[in-house]
Amino acid sequence: MAKVLIADDMASMRKMVAFTLESSGHEVVQADDGDVALKIAQQQSGFDLVITDVNMPNMDGITLTQELRAIPALKFTPILLLTTEAGKEKKMEGKAAGATGWLVKPFDPDKLLMTIKKVLR
Amino acid sequence: MEAIASIDSSDNQYLTFMLADEEYGVDILTVQELRGWEPTTPIPNTPSYVLGVINLRGVVIPIVDLRNRFGLEHMEYGPTTVVVIVKVQEKGKERILGIVVDAVSEVYDIGKADMQPPPEMDGAISIDFVTGLATMNEKMVILLDINRLVHEGILSKAKEVPTEAEEAKEHV
Amino acid sequence: MSIDLEQFKQIFFEESFEGLETMETGLLSMKDGETDLDIVNDIFRAAHSIKGGSATFGFNAVASFTHVMEGLLDEMREGKRQADPDVINILLESVDEISSLMTAYQNQEEPNVEQAQLLQKKLENIFSAGDDEAGGVNTSTADQGEENRCLGWHVEFAPHDNLLLTGNDPLLMLAELGYLGEMSMQMHDEKLPAFADMDPEVCYLKWIVDVLNATDHDPIEEEQITEIFEWVEDECDLNITGIYPERKSEDRRLGDRRIESEQTDRRQADRREGARRPTDKAATAQPTNIRVDTNRIDALIDMVGELVITQSMLGQLGEDFEISKLGRLREGLEELQRNSREIQEAVMKVRMQPISFAFNRFPRMVHDLSQKLDKKIRLELVGEDTEMDKTVMEKINDPLVHLVRNSLDHGLEGPEERLAAGKDEEGTVCLKAFHQGGSIVVEVSDDGRGLDRDRLFAKGVERGLIKETDVLSDEQVYMLLFAAGFSTAEQLSDISGRGVGLDVVRRNIESLGGNTDVRSTLGEGTVFTIRLPLTLAVLDGQLLKAGGQTYVLPLNAIIESLQVDAASVSTLAGDTKMYLLRDAYIPMISLSMLFGTTLSPSSDSNKTDTLLIIVEWADKCIGLLVDELLGQQQVVIKSLETNYQRVAGLSGATILGDGTVSLILDISGLIEMSAKVHEGIAQQ
Repeated sequence: MAKVLIADDMASMRKMVAFTLESSGHEVVQADDGDVALKIAQQQSGFDLVITDVNMPNMDGITLTQELRAIPALKFTPILLLTTEAGKEKKMEGKAAGATGWLVKPFDPDKLLMTIKKVLR
Repeated sequence: MEAIASIDSSDNQYLTFMLADEEYGVDILTVQELRGWEPTTPIPNTPSYVLGVINLRGVVIPIVDLRNRFGLEHMEYGPTTVVVIVKVQEKGKERILGIVVDAVSEVYDIGKADMQPPPEMDGAISIDFVTGLATMNEKMVILLDINRLVHEGILSKAKEVPTEAEEAKEHV
Repeated sequence: MSIDLEQFKQIFFEESFEGLETMETGLLSMKDGETDLDIVNDIFRAAHSIKGGSATFGFNAVASFTHVMEGLLDEMREGKRQADPDVINILLESVDEISSLMTAYQNQEEPNVEQAQLLQKKLENIFSAGDDEAGGVNTSTADQGEENRCLGWHVEFAPHDNLLLTGNDPLLMLAELGYLGEMSMQMHDEKLPAFADMDPEVCYLKWIVDVLNATDHDPIEEEQITEIFEWVEDECDLNITGIYPERKSEDRRLGDRRIESEQTDRRQADRREGARRPTDKAATAQPTNIRVDTNRIDALIDMVGELVITQSMLGQLGEDFEISKLGRLREGLEELQRNSREIQEAVMKVRMQPISFAFNRFPRMVHDLSQKLDKKIRLELVGEDTEMDKTVMEKINDPLVHLVRNSLDHGLEGPEERLAAGKDEEGTVCLKAFHQGGSIVVEVSDDGRGLDRDRLFAKGVERGLIKETDVLSDEQVYMLLFAAGFSTAEQLSDISGRGVGLDVVRRNIESLGGNTDVRSTLGEGTVFTIRLPLTLAVLDGQLLKAGGQTYVLPLNAIIESLQVDAASVSTLAGDTKMYLLRDAYIPMISLSMLFGTTLSPSSDSNKTDTLLIIVEWADKCIGLLVDELLGQQQVVIKSLETNYQRVAGLSGATILGDGTVSLILDISGLIEMSAKVHEGIAQQ
């Protein structure tokens, strides 16, 4: 089972994602903005996956992705951006920053688990 | 409590109690518990039938003397005097209060069919507070609308009673 | 896997209402027309989060409404649109709309979608006015006849050479297509070179797929298809077309929006009526939550730890107790007392909230009302961090709203009148909170026209509240404002004169054990002051006996207590007794007489009414005659209204150490009652 870092400023969303993952046996670490997520990623190791919201205060998900990619241990770790259908530009921005994939809200537990299975394979 | 013999789900269960040789019944679902008589802390400037308040496990509840409220002769409180703790609802708000009665009598299943509409009664009790009459074991039971009795017959009444010291003095 | 999302809804509601507050505060702070990018970003983020969450929880009315609103915000973010008053106002309305939709969902009611659509139309109008691209949004396709029904989708997917290099797997995408419905697929390998020339990292293949709606599934939306390929959009050629009966395909992308109903905009009418803040309703309908600083909880846990230690120490002591250990027992009991006191204080702190929670609504209210009243008004908030008990806060909301409305409506003058009076044309209303002793004080002040003593006096006479011949201090005249049946408004406006007067404000405050006060200088302004106990739950009390009953008197109301000296008692006309205390005559009244409690036979008649307690409330003093003073102790206040009703002269009840109920005296009520008794006597 994987160790997952989740960054989202909306507690309801974050907890829901965490709950979904924990229910299927994953270990979850939660951060309530990009800044906190980055600090956690710098201090802890062994993350198999990062799921981050795009719109967050202090540090948005795209900047977070860039910063995470600069950490050697996370260079190839899958990073999924979680967002409401933002435009193509944003998506490409995320891709350029190094994100592995894109999860579109509305949040659907099954879709989340399927996507995770895909990127963790 | 052997009276709980036949339970028909279409019937309501009523707890009955005695007041000056009359038997009254209240919907058992409104009854929270029965307690013995205990002294109350009187509330100033309230009608004489509001005896005061007591501490019911940390909750302050008023105690009402139903004999007094119905204008019946006063009876000294003794070991058989019972306080029926009832829970009433109004606009989603729940109130708990105690009603002093002579003694608790029976629990009856009374269906709608067994009930007669209340006749005009004079004096003691307004028919507004009576849901109906039923004959049980050849005795008449007066079924009370406890919600209405409490809200219209006790609480709102108590509000009307002004600070007339004369009246207030009586109950203390 | 099925997951119960219910548990997260409540969190989402709370977050959303917070987000809406952020939006409102942000919008109000930009009302001078300057677009502050940071604020716009905050607002956008809040809207965006609400949108995402609503979609997840199935609050579609909110999701689709927020989507349109977000478009407008996005334009502001990109600098295409400035925060002019029209934009701000419609965004504020939108915030209200989301709030009321959200409240409907929270209360599990049907949201009023028509209202939302109406406002949505307005938003779109603003949109299209500035941006022609968005012009066609409202075109509606009415007929969705059978021949137009989409049967499925035809997808041509040709990955570019480098698709595999970027870590994508076409097979996964095709498999996902298969989940959507019944799939038939052709693979084109024309570009596949001879094996020897093949680069294993290059994708040479192309797929043509038809996915048809499965009978037992919802029809497939185009978005579901594009979503699958979204990530590789720039790394493939993708062509998606609908499959229709007899291939009568056309672009069906228009059509989601209905023509707005021909409804008059009654929203405007009822929206500004105020008081209709949906969040308030939610607060009463839902179990209330409280946010607590974790430090406070940690402190509490530490204290409970200490309590457990004390308890086990006492327990051990009790097991083999001998009289020689009495000293240690005493120590232990003292410790226990300290522990419980500390825990009590800490628990009370948990309920303390900054008054900013109550103040937050006012910027919006002032904004709306100043437009409505055509006045220029600045709102100042002072002491927003002042903490008070949550229950007290909930109860001062309405009185505060009333006082602020009153200041805006009657206190402040219009711009011309102000200029003519040599004042700044912009009036100021100030809300100020601070602690004073065991009380919290909230002031509502304005720099308006002030109270006109003569007019108030005349009105008081007219209303029969005072006599022409009465000699009253300014304060007494001002206090007429709080008397029942007194309204200064020349004409009743719909803002503050809605039949409910300041007397209701006073009564509400007094029912909380507080008082109200007003000071004013003609031409310079008025200050209303509300003084409330810090917490409603606990009170420092003086226990006393009168007429055989034990009562609790709030300690902070007592000025002094003394033995009655018959020589100092004088009887005025009728039977009013006055006590001469250091040159001042204080009206005195017997508590047992006021309460109509006769003496129980057992009570010692020598002790009857022998003590005089001087109590003060709102600058009024009376002397209460009682029989005996008992100890002082902190008591927990229990409401009499919970199961009975309000009783004049009492603020509640408490349970003493022996389990009996004791009544708590309400000083302001007693003063009022004694005044009536004196009046009655005087009239006789």
